[in-house]
Amino acid sequence: MLQVRDISTYYGQICALDTVNLRVRPGEIVALIGANGAGKTTLLNTISGILPARHGEIIFEGKTLTRLGAETVVQFGVSHIPERRQVFGTLSVLDNLLLGAYHRRDKLVRDDIAEVFELFPILNKRQNQQAGTLSGGEQQMLAIARGMMSRPKLLMLDEPSVGLAPLIVREIMRIVADLRTRGTTILLVEQNAKAALGVADRGYVLENGRIVLEGTAQELMADEGVQKAYLGKGERLQLSRCRADTNLVCLENDGINSCVVCPHKDSK
Amino acid sequence: MQFSKRTNLIAFVALGIALAVIPNFLTNNYQISIMILIALYTILTVGLSLLMGYAGQISLGQAVFYGMGGYITAWITVKMGLPPLVGMLVAAIITGAFAYVVGIPMLRLRGNYLAMATLGLNVIFELVVLQETAWTGGPDGFQGIPKFSLGDLVFKTDREVYVLVWIIALIVIVLSLNIVNSRVGRALRAVHASEIAAEMNGVDTAHYKVAVLVLSAVYASIAGSLYAFWNGIISPSVYHLTFSIELVVMVAIGGLASVWGAIFGAAGVTLLAEFLRNVLPQLLRGASGEQEIIAFGVILILVMIFLPEGLTTGSLIRIRKWRADRASAK
Repeated sequence: MLQVRDISTYYGQICALDTVNLRVRPGEIVALIGANGAGKTTLLNTISGILPARHGEIIFEGKTLTRLGAETVVQFGVSHIPERRQVFGTLSVLDNLLLGAYHRRDKLVRDDIAEVFELFPILNKRQNQQAGTLSGGEQQMLAIARGMMSRPKLLMLDEPSVGLAPLIVREIMRIVADLRTRGTTILLVEQNAKAALGVADRGYVLENGRIVLEGTAQELMADEGVQKAYLGKGERLQLSRCRADTNLVCLENDGINSCVVCPHKDSK
Repeated sequence: MQFSKRTNLIAFVALGIALAVIPNFLTNNYQISIMILIALYTILTVGLSLLMGYAGQISLGQAVFYGMGGYITAWITVKMGLPPLVGMLVAAIITGAFAYVVGIPMLRLRGNYLAMATLGLNVIFELVVLQETAWTGGPDGFQGIPKFSLGDLVFKTDREVYVLVWIIALIVIVLSLNIVNSRVGRALRAVHASEIAAEMNGVDTAHYKVAVLVLSAVYASIAGSLYAFWNGIISPSVYHLTFSIELVVMVAIGGLASVWGAIFGAAGVTLLAEFLRNVLPQLLRGASGEQEIIAFGVILILVMIFLPEGLTTGSLIRIRKWRADRASAK
């Protein structure tokens, strides 16, 4: 469905994505995980046409998206739900949803609004409220609902869990799984690897602008490197005592050499 | 600020009735001429309010479009001898096309480059109007512009002009209210709220920003034509940069992103200016009418501090909040 081939993206001289390859098949949930600054958002922004790729190709259902602007890409059926939600704060919830269907000319928009209200009853209750007054979780739901209004074939979610309470994160992930059963393919970008791999079929790990690992969600969850880096399992990092001579506190694990000045003279 | 269709309709009918009744209370031509000016400024500020409040762009060059409307109309009616309506329409088309051409490079840039660029445009326009004497009449102005007429119907007296300008102003208001409440208006508000997110939803932001600039320019041009017909002579001093700034002040005081705010801003500032011009010299001996500008500055500062959303939007927000507070206190 979506093929990202050898994509490189630069911010000026700085290389943010280095020959990235990624594939999403119809009906899949694919998770893209990685630390802060790994290039996850850059990749989504490149696919959706907000950033230009310097090299490589993006192909969606046989059509090349590589040099198209964001307002055109969405018309091909790729919906991007941006980081930090980006709802239109001064507009009502209903207007936000109508904007999601902005490029559609068909008459089913009202039906689709009824459908997303069924999916997100809270939005129905708040439909005339300004979007900026919603809670974080509600805004995320609105952002997803707005993305759904364009009737996307592929929905790209950028960090839907960020800043939300664990209970809400679970709710959001349930919705993501639910959307797939309704026939939408999903590319999910997350720092919360546990939540993302919990719903995904396959995943990619992005580090410093490169894909370093790919596999099924189970494979990735079982991978020792992934567990250590993203799932918080494995050995705990040990801190040394504050050394009186150097006034430094250091990590004692193998292969890690990092010291900082003691926070307080007599602390441990 | 969004109003329901019903609120808009009621307000519109109320305005129409008020405008029909007002001339009966006006005793002299001076008062009628102020009402005509308010109509012209309403046409200008409604367009500017769409641009500032919905597309999030400030134009400090509306006087240029106003002036182009006037000078092109003058040229077509006086030098070419064509009917006034043709002059007004051609001026609107040329001014709109001009706004389109200058708007594309300006609006593709993000942020408020438009303010700086239009400011420059205004300065250039003033110079051209002053220097190109053969075309514009230079500092003496362009004279002998005919009254507006449709066939045998001539709008000669100030009372007749009053009817003409307010009918056109009301058309502009209806048109603008419809734009704001349509799919296009929603897209414009989205561009204002988050340009990136608007693009992600398929809104061609650059296209919309240019379109609103063109619309505001066409409105300004029509107002400029009407002014030229009414006054019979146009001169460069009217199209000074300070007039562009005054228009921005009217919109800011009335309330951004509100067609009704623009009308209140235009009326409020015009009436206040006239009031100060008459009263200040009586209060302070030796004070000239020019010192009204100081009073204006103070009022603008006060509005920006206490009602930053403008008089209409700001007080509506306060009233709603006060009501909500009272309801929750019970």
